[in-house]
Formats: sequence, C-alpha cells, structure tokens
Amino acid sequence: MSTSEQRTADAPASARAGLGAGRPGRDVAGRAFAVLATGAGALILLTLAAVAVFLVIRAWPAMTTPADELADAISWIPEGTTLLQYIGPLVFGTLLAALLALAMAVPVAIGIALFISHYAPRRLASGLGYVVDLLAAIPSVIYGLWGGLWLAPRLEPAWHWLADNLGFIPLFAGPASTPPRVLMTVGVVLAVMILPIITAVSREVFLQTPRLHEEAALALGATRWEMIRMAVLPFGRSGVISAAMLGLGRALGETMAVLMILSPGFSYSFALLQAGEHQTIAANIANQFAEANPLGVSALIATGLALFVITLVVNMAARWVVARRKEFSGAN
Amino acid sequence: MATDRTAVRPSTRDLLTRADPRRRLTDRLMTVVISSAFLVALIPLVSVVWTVVANGMDRMSPYFLTVSMRGVFGGLDAGGIYHAIVGTLLITGFAALISVPIGVLTAVYLVEYGRGPLARAVTFFVDVMTGIPSIVAGLFAYSLFALILGPGVRLGAVGSVALSVLMIPVVVRSCEEMLRLVPNELREASYALGVPKWLTIIKVVLRTSIAGIVTGVMLAVARVIGETAPLLIVAGVVDSINTNLFEGRMMTLPVYVFRQYSQGLVPCAPDAVDCIATINFDRAWGAALALIAIVMLLNLAARLIAKYFAPKAGH
Repeated sequence: MSTSEQRTADAPASARAGLGAGRPGRDVAGRAFAVLATGAGALILLTLAAVAVFLVIRAWPAMTTPADELADAISWIPEGTTLLQYIGPLVFGTLLAALLALAMAVPVAIGIALFISHYAPRRLASGLGYVVDLLAAIPSVIYGLWGGLWLAPRLEPAWHWLADNLGFIPLFAGPASTPPRVLMTVGVVLAVMILPIITAVSREVFLQTPRLHEEAALALGATRWEMIRMAVLPFGRSGVISAAMLGLGRALGETMAVLMILSPGFSYSFALLQAGEHQTIAANIANQFAEANPLGVSALIATGLALFVITLVVNMAARWVVARRKEFSGAN
Repeated sequence: MATDRTAVRPSTRDLLTRADPRRRLTDRLMTVVISSAFLVALIPLVSVVWTVVANGMDRMSPYFLTVSMRGVFGGLDAGGIYHAIVGTLLITGFAALISVPIGVLTAVYLVEYGRGPLARAVTFFVDVMTGIPSIVAGLFAYSLFALILGPGVRLGAVGSVALSVLMIPVVVRSCEEMLRLVPNELREASYALGVPKWLTIIKVVLRTSIAGIVTGVMLAVARVIGETAPLLIVAGVVDSINTNLFEGRMMTLPVYVFRQYSQGLVPCAPDAVDCIATINFDRAWGAALALIAIVMLLNLAARLIAKYFAPKAGH
C-alpha cells in the first residue's frame, strides 16, 4: 500500500491536480473517513469502559449503604446480611452451575470436534459442523422451555437413581427433588448450550495440526487413535483449554435456562440433586429486577457488576491463551 | 528388537500391516466413542426442534399470529403473538440500525487503517465483548437511560441499545473476515487509477464484500433476535400492541415465551367449557415455534446469500 502512495507522489504535478487526491490538506473526505472509522473502533473501547463505569455508578448506592439499612430497605436481603454476604452464595451458585456444565460439555465437544476433523468423510465434515452450529442458533428461552417442560421430567428417574446409588458422594446427596428443578438439570441444559462454541474452536485447532506430524505418526505405525493422542491432542491442548474457557464464559452469563428450570435458594451447598439450594447471579437479576425498589435495583446491579468482572476475567484469559497461540504456533 | 534375536520374529510384512490386538481394539473403541459423541450432540438438537414443532403446531394459526393478548385472561381459548412479533421486529431492527454502521466502520478501521496499539486493543476487546453476558448488557442499557430519563425506565429503544452491545462485536468479527478476503490486487488497481483510499474502500472493498457483510449482519440479527434476559428487564412486559420504540413497554417474542411459561397452569373449574388448563404452555410453545422459524429462516437466507453472491476467489 505504501508503494502505491509513493507512486502517486512521484507522478507529475498536473496529473495529481487532476486527481484531487494526494495533496495534503485537500483530501478532506479521505481524512474524515479515516477519523470516522477510527472513531468507530474507539467507540467499542468506550462502550466497554462505559459498561463498567455505569454499572459502578448505579451499584454505588447499594455498596455504600450500611448493612442493616440495606436489609431494611430490600425485602429479599435477610436481616443481618451485608451485600457481600448476599452476593457470596450467588457467585458460588453461578460458578458451580457453569463448572458442572463445563464438565459435561468438554469431553463431548472434544469428541465431536475430533469426529468432524479426523473421522467423518471429508465431504460431510463442513455440513456436520453446520449442524452443530445450529445448536447455537436456538434461542436460550427455547432451551429453557424445552428443559423445563420436556427434559426435566425425563431426567427425574436418572436423578433418583443417582441419589439412591451414588448418594454417598456429596455431589449426589439425596433425596433427589421432585420435580427435578435442580442444578443438575440446569447443568445438562447449559452443557448443551455451550457445546457449539467449544466444538467450533476445538475443531479449528484440530484442523490446524500440521499434516506432517500426523503423517509421521501414521508412518511409524500408529493407529488413528494413537496418531490423535500423540500428534493432534498435544498440538491442540491450549486451543481446547481456551475453548473451554469461552464456554465457561457463556455458561456463567446464561440467564433464561437457569431462570426457567431452577428452583432458587441461597446456600453454599454441593448437593446438585436438591432443589431450593442454589441460584445464579444472572437468573437472580432477571427474577427480582421488575419488582425491585431503587435500592434493590442498585443491589442487583452490584451483583451484575460481580458477574461482569468474573466473565471479563475468564474471557480475557481465554482470548489471551488464543492470541499467544496464534503468534507462536508454527501453523500459520 | 536387537536384544531378543532368539525369539521367533514375525515377518516385516506382519509388523507393518497388523497392529497388535490390544492397540487395534483401543482404536476401534475410540472410533465408536468419538462417533457416538457426535450422535449425543444430535439428541438435543433433534429433540428441541421436534418438541417445539410438535407442541407449537396446535396453537399456530392465522388467528394466533394476528391478535395480541389484550383482554385475555384465565384459561380463555384466545390471544396471540402479534404484539410480540411487532415488538421483536422493531427492537431488533433498531438494534441493527445502531450496530451495522458502527460494526462495519470498525471492521473497515481494523482492516484498512488499523495499526499499532489502538488496533490491537480494539481486536482484543471486540473478542472480549462477545463474551459479555446478555443480562449485563441489559443492566448497562438500563443504567445509561436511567441516568438520562430517571429510574424505572422501560422502553423498546433501551432494549435496542442493550441488543446492539451484544450485536456489534458479532458484526465486527464477520465483516472483518469478509474485508480481509478482498484481494489486495483490487485495492492496488484502484490506487493505480488515482482513486483516493476512502473512495477505494467504499466503491471497491465494501462493494466486493457486500454479500459477505449482508450474511454476517443477518447471522448477527439471528443471534440477538432470541435474546430474552436484557429485554425482560429493560423493555418490560405488556399485553397490547405498541409500535412506538420511545414510549412505553414493548413485548417481544422471547419475553412472551418466558411470560407464558412462568404463568404456568391455569386452575380450571371442573365443568368449565372454554377453559384450557395448559393454555399458557400452549401459547409458549406456539410463540417458540414462531421464534425458531424466524431464526432458522434468517440463518438459511444468510447461508444462501453467502453461497450464491460470494465473489469467486482466485480468478
């Protein structure tokens, strides 16, 4: 690009005058356009900063009000609870739900990604990828509806079985609740929802495995699975980690599926099969926002701020891993 | 190999063509496991689409699509989603109106102008922005407008702002990809003719990639049209038709689905004739069907445009 600009500068002055461009000061439209484009880019950064600033401004009243006054003014904050003590179980529930979803989704997603990149016939591969992407196109409220009315009744026997037979593990401590509006059901639905993004990113990384590594492994007599274990998975490890973190970010912020399935409660409980024990930040905001008084709205925004910070950290870490990979992997 | 010369060595051919049984078994097993992972992913997809279509078809009718919920109560066999469709189209359309210029210009900046730390920061934070939880976008829009219009604000336009926070990064990502596909020869040919850079971008770069940009925008719209949480808290819930983005609450399809779902079963008197106990769930399924149809149509149209109008690469 710089060479072409230089050539314009070298052209005879008469030609340049005819073109109207290239002379400093004359190119107002060009400069205006550059400013406009740069401004749009800067606006993105401003927006992100504004999100943080506005949340802090609106959350400030709740953060500075003394605990007993806060509990008096807001009906759903129990007496003698500070704002931090109120946020604590919410953060715990959010993390627990997201990690549960992640634990279920990652193995399946890796399997799907490998199937598309290394097992499926090449001609089918992109079509199959598209089918998985369709899962991401379905709105979250429909997952909530499906999870609440269709999936939950069908999972109930499985949860009872888990509680009866594996109840000695704290996670599956019984009795399993009926109806199963429990965190375990939420975890399954969230896992389905984050499957597409984890699959998409992992698939891209697996496809980038240098062909020579794969062929070298096969030439040494490795079976296909051994080739994958020795060449593809080590190469893709950091990519899969960042994919999982992107999925985690999605699961942390998901509102509707949780709101429509989970029977809420505020405690630090690991019992995934019991109802009324957990609640996530996002679902709690959606649940309380409409009826909250000004101070209540402020408290809810404070919890939203906590969610924003958590997802921001997770996403930035994930993107950082991806970006670092891009620069140092020999693939591109 | 060198140590056990005394043992009967299998022929080289056997060594090369036959894996030992245990390794072969592991290989087969993993093939089955990995293929079944794919089938496992198909179960929710098929079951979601099937349940929505099967349950939604009962309610779906021209009547359902053309009336609102005004004056509908209890288990009355009435009411529709017209107001929600209007709200969804208006709010999403306005969100697109905000997001598309900003998104396209940012992509132009990143591809054509972006150098140095600002460009790197924008790239990084666009990626980070795709991960903002939708409810946080809703809280942001609420905070912004509450500062201007006072607390308790519920407007369709606030919903649009919330949606555009979610939509802009998606538009930027897809447009950036499309602009990078434009061959550099085209730009250089234009510069060689003396066309200034900004005109080259408008007349050559953007025009070449217009199909891709339209596809990207449609996919972004398809993505935010199903957003529920931010609209639930900033656009509110209402039973009648509202076509003014800047005045009063506005219903949208996803919020309608949630609203009907959360109202639950209707307690009907045993001898009531025109009372349907599951009417709220039925309406929720019907609206879900309409929503999923809109999303799938947008996706399909976007893919078709990408396929048939894309510039042919490698002339």
